[in-house]
Amino acid sequence: MLKKSNLILVTLGITLMAFVPNCKKGAATATLASDAASRVYVAPGEKDEVYAFLSGGFSGQMSVYGIPSARLFKIIPVFSVFPENGYGFDEETKEMLKTTHGYVPWDDSHHVESSMTDGKQDGRWMFLNANNTPRLARIDLKSFETKEILEIPNTAGNHASPFATENTEYLMAATRFSVPVPQASVPIDSFSKGGFKGTVTMVKVDKNTGRLSIELQVLVPGFNYDLSHCGKKKSHDWCFFSSYNSEQAHKMLEVGASKKDKDFILAFNWVRAKECKDQGKAYNFGGEYVNNFHDENKPAVSTKLSGVKMLNPKDCPGMMYYMPTPKSPHGTDVDSTGEYIVGGGKLASVIPVHSFSKMMEVKDKKEHHSTEIEGIPVLKYESTLAGEVQKPCLGPLHTEFDGKGYAYTSCFVSSEVVKWKLGTWEVVQHLPAYYSVGHLSIVGGSSSEPYGKYLIAMNKITKDRYLPVGMELPQSAQLYDISSGKAELLSDFPTVGEPHYSQMIPAKLLMDKTAKLYPLEENKHPYATKNENEAKIVRLGSTVHIYMTAIRSHFKPDIIEARTGETLYFHVTNLEQDYDIPHGFAIGGAPNMTNLLIMPGETRTFKWVAPKPGVYPFYCTDFCSALHQEMQQYIRVSP
Amino acid sequence: MKTLLFQTLSKKNRLLILGVGLVLVLVYLIPIWSISISAPQYPEGLGMQIWINKITGATPYDLKNINLLNHYIGMQEIVSESIPELLFMPYVLGYLIFGAFITEIYPKVGMAILGIINLLLVGLVGLSDFWRWEYNYGHNLNPEAPIIVEGMAYQPPLLGCKEMLNITACSYPSYGGLILGLSLVALVYILWDENRRKKSNVV
Ligand SMILES: [Cu+2]
Repeated sequence: MLKKSNLILVTLGITLMAFVPNCKKGAATATLASDAASRVYVAPGEKDEVYAFLSGGFSGQMSVYGIPSARLFKIIPVFSVFPENGYGFDEETKEMLKTTHGYVPWDDSHHVESSMTDGKQDGRWMFLNANNTPRLARIDLKSFETKEILEIPNTAGNHASPFATENTEYLMAATRFSVPVPQASVPIDSFSKGGFKGTVTMVKVDKNTGRLSIELQVLVPGFNYDLSHCGKKKSHDWCFFSSYNSEQAHKMLEVGASKKDKDFILAFNWVRAKECKDQGKAYNFGGEYVNNFHDENKPAVSTKLSGVKMLNPKDCPGMMYYMPTPKSPHGTDVDSTGEYIVGGGKLASVIPVHSFSKMMEVKDKKEHHSTEIEGIPVLKYESTLAGEVQKPCLGPLHTEFDGKGYAYTSCFVSSEVVKWKLGTWEVVQHLPAYYSVGHLSIVGGSSSEPYGKYLIAMNKITKDRYLPVGMELPQSAQLYDISSGKAELLSDFPTVGEPHYSQMIPAKLLMDKTAKLYPLEENKHPYATKNENEAKIVRLGSTVHIYMTAIRSHFKPDIIEARTGETLYFHVTNLEQDYDIPHGFAIGGAPNMTNLLIMPGETRTFKWVAPKPGVYPFYCTDFCSALHQEMQQYIRVSP
Repeated sequence: MKTLLFQTLSKKNRLLILGVGLVLVLVYLIPIWSISISAPQYPEGLGMQIWINKITGATPYDLKNINLLNHYIGMQEIVSESIPELLFMPYVLGYLIFGAFITEIYPKVGMAILGIINLLLVGLVGLSDFWRWEYNYGHNLNPEAPIIVEGMAYQPPLLGCKEMLNITACSYPSYGGLILGLSLVALVYILWDENRRKKSNVV
């Protein structure tokens, strides 16, 4: 049985190879434009045209690059601790990594989503998912800092997340690993008997503050929900989730989940879902989760919450439909007009494109239904199909749009990006990728208004591309210019972690809005010291609060006396009010705590339990001034 | 000469004086002088503005940052409170404006001349005081400063630009200063115009 399936796959692969002579031709078109170097060259002092926000995959972070230069500007810590600035270690941010499982200082971050207004990027926030321990994060694009993390209950593997609706009304988060909901110890083989479930979560985004909250969960059949994209314009009310393993196999998924010719794209009408909730059709359901919020200049607050509103699809007709989509679809992408929903079937030999208008036309006509799964009608494949891109490549995954009528699809197996035309479904160009491309991203390419000049392909493997650096090589992204008729490869660059997906934003939308400092007078930190004269040491039994200031080039107070076993809190306020003058704070040998990097006008707290008697130096770690080396002092610990 | 002093101002010139008086009121609302500083680590520059009654940074944080830079060379902190001149300067301006309005009631050429003398006096005394103030800040340095460069003083220029260590400081009148200057020009014009009118009357 097993062998047979493998054989089929191999045969399929060979057949496809034979049918796709273009792939080889694609490699030939890879010749670099001779002036590519000058097109990625950003002269000293000049600025890049685009910000690229790349998720860090297993690094759990997000990194910021300039495009076209591909220079790395910053790593924004989100789900993983970051010794460089104390994120996840210091008293202000350690609560950010709290979950119902306790402190989880790492995650696997796949999808970056930008906030939108009217379907266009608005440059307010970036959102990032945590796949492993289901969470969503909101990153503020003024400070480029993680401000909020929300845990998603009743789910496992938060992969189809965080995809935003047209005005960022909601972020969608769907189950990758269906599990018993609520959690219970059940035999694993009850998966195939329908014992496992998935959930689709609607996370509400407050339109003024960005605060996240769970509006509703929908209990869906136990498949693996993989990716999502929400509609635009006419398809505004809808979000589309790809799913695989509709076979509900629970062992050897490689084969077991690849049996059926078609899995599904789940069309979800979130407006209808909210309506059903408001009509009282959702019921109270359990589920513990936490919400961590880091307000400016205050310690992050972690709040434990419990219970959600749960909705069953059969109680809310018209909310969900399954659209059959060939062979384990991975990507589901909606074009800039909101009409086409493009599936990326990992094992498919076509790129299927569903038509939103067709779906609307047939969705409630019985003759277009083939069956129903747990209250969700399954539409006929042909009924919603707008067209198929024939033999585009091997392993099509993700598609983005240039706003000029073309779509670009990444193909993992044949390692290329394929450009094709919407409407005629003809392939117009093959662009090789080095190697094994996953997602690709066009500036604004998932919004309703693509900027359409640059495309990056994010690759999993870089054998032979860079100087070898041991067993693990960097992963990479590749930059193409897609502004003219023929896309051209401009450069490739190694990245931090796995560059899973990215959002790229024109620089002019963000660069002038960036915060330069935290105004001292607005610092509401309970332990802020806004003036050197207020620096002090307060002893409360064996707890010592040190209200410390840092300014070029000294700390105050600078001589600290303590006794072994006392707990010292160094609340350091950076008194600077100048752009780009953070101060650091570190104590020699301090366990459990790394460093503080305190922005101008900010207060951060370093917790230290006085160890055995001795004299311990502390110092500024951020080279702040000519006398930075002098920005140091001692703590004396007596018995 | 005597006849010129008591010659009644023409309607046009009276209006001009009224204009001068009104425009001078603006000097309460805008800076008179500005000193800008640029250095490699301050590509966007830092600015300091002198108003009729206060000293501020060009942005809410510039003054603080200028003081932070200055502390390395031991310069005392620049704060409005340490400059007593700023306490009575608003009254001097009030006196000038008052003069303009009195001239409307008693519109004689002599009043315009008085105005010229007043403005010149204010300008000269003001500038020399400003120079003295710059001299003190630039020379009275803390002998325990972290950075001491032998023979170096940090007096900013009265007018124009000057390099001090890695910093280029430029000092120019700001809008308020320009208004004061233009007021003087307007009064001199009135004097010239009245003088011409007197001659043409005689002929
Ligand atoms: Cu420092």
